[in-house]
Amino acid sequence: MMAAWFTGLAALLLLTIAAALWRIWRGPTAADRMMAAQLIGSGGVAVTLLLAAAGQPAARDVGLVLALLAAFAAVGFVKAASHRGAGDPEADDASDARAGRAEGRAHD
Amino acid sequence: MIDTGFDVILAAMILGVAAGAVLTRGMFAAVVMFIVYGLLVALAWLRLGAVDVGLAEAAIGAGLTGVLLLGALGRVNRQLGEDGTPPDAPHRPAAIRPVALLAALATAAALAWGFLMLPPPDGLHAPVAQNLAATQLGNPVTAVLLNFRAWDTLLETIILLAALVGVWSLAPDAAWGGRPGLAQRTRSGGVLSSFGRLLPPVGLLVGVWLVWAGADRPGGAFQGATVLAAVWLLASMAGLSDAPRVASLWLRAALIAGPAVFLALALAGLSVAGFLIVPPGAAKLVTVTVEALLTLSLTVMLGLLVLGPPERAA
Amino acid sequence: MIDAASLLLSVAGLIFFLAGTVGILRFPDTHSRLHALTKADNLGLGLIALAVALQAESWAAIAKIVLIWALVLLAAGTSAQLVARVALQQGGAPGSGRDDAGPDAVGSTPSGQRDPAG
Repeated sequence: MMAAWFTGLAALLLLTIAAALWRIWRGPTAADRMMAAQLIGSGGVAVTLLLAAAGQPAARDVGLVLALLAAFAAVGFVKAASHRGAGDPEADDASDARAGRAEGRAHD
Repeated sequence: MIDTGFDVILAAMILGVAAGAVLTRGMFAAVVMFIVYGLLVALAWLRLGAVDVGLAEAAIGAGLTGVLLLGALGRVNRQLGEDGTPPDAPHRPAAIRPVALLAALATAAALAWGFLMLPPPDGLHAPVAQNLAATQLGNPVTAVLLNFRAWDTLLETIILLAALVGVWSLAPDAAWGGRPGLAQRTRSGGVLSSFGRLLPPVGLLVGVWLVWAGADRPGGAFQGATVLAAVWLLASMAGLSDAPRVASLWLRAALIAGPAVFLALALAGLSVAGFLIVPPGAAKLVTVTVEALLTLSLTVMLGLLVLGPPERAA
Repeated sequence: MIDAASLLLSVAGLIFFLAGTVGILRFPDTHSRLHALTKADNLGLGLIALAVALQAESWAAIAKIVLIWALVLLAAGTSAQLVARVALQQGGAPGSGRDDAGPDAVGSTPSGQRDPAG
């Protein structure tokens, strides 16, 4: 009974993930798309936990790898989005976003 | 019924994301779609009972490839001019699109034909299960990769090494022997550098565990090495450890340790029974040795492949 | 009894995931959409983790579930912080209710991509 319940729940979770795909398609900013991917990542981990509970314990290992690398794409994104491709958004504007933006423009 | 429902939803989503990645106009959206595609395909492998492949897909598809593509996209955009065209855009003849379409269709047709020509799928389950005991391993996938079909694994490792040499050959003369990638800059004590400090110990543990557990349950050298490479890249992106010089002897030694020992043991087998044949009693020892060194080499190879050619002078 | 608790917790988890998805679809600007990511779905994952931990076969499995949840929490917090910084630099002040950053400004220089938000 519980196995069927968890599988059904995982299916419903997949559907909520599918809705978040719309945000990746639509954007409009890169940050929106990245955040939607992050949400889908958390949902994917939840699906592996539910599948593990539904009788496939090895699913948890896949969930562990997904959880470990969950922020990996986001870190790659902020690196790629930074001024010269190797920065840190926090170092680029340590105090104030607007000042940082002005400074960023001054560099060019 | 519920299981079928889950699988149908998952399959539909995979097709939808794949179509989205191809059809969307923005390159960034396509990359993000591809990252999600990796995640969903990992779930699909899980549903098919191929947990080893699921682990590899989770680490490579949802992990390494995403960073590789995002980095590549950042580079492309920095090189583009204001109007979005590269400064030295090659002139593309108008006929290239139909030709590319035909080539893609021909490849798809060839693959479909090959698939339909396959003998009825009774699978290799039975023969693998019969001979599993001789390998002293519990995980049939590891047994196939490192014993029954060790030949394939050896060649794959050497292909990765060749790919890395190919990437390195793109280095400008001035940077040859130097460090790959850009010098990373982070705010010390910031979120990024703290994250880069927190995660690697856990990642190291998970990576080594995947290799060790791979003998008897899903996991193995490729999966573990991908996780370790990702963690190494994270520490590098957080500015904690700069990439090594590619001329470093230690680096070169780490790169060839796995393939070299694999090859040496394969040749040693020649004196006992034949090339790549392991005496049954020593199977587990040999396999674990090869896996440990392969993990080291694959970690360094995958990490360096993502980092790219040397860009900073030695 | 334990089964009932699992049922209840997992349904609650699903509802939080649903709320997160609604948020990421319906909130008006990038920074408010970050809330969906940082709060709702992590609570949802926590509840689902609790629900499956009640059914787990061993303490080792429970430890792994807890580790997975902690890792996702860490990842979500970190990436939300970093992505929010990028969104801030590329325009679109929090609460402005509009998407005024240039689309997909990965790696293009700040001056090249768009006019600064007024």
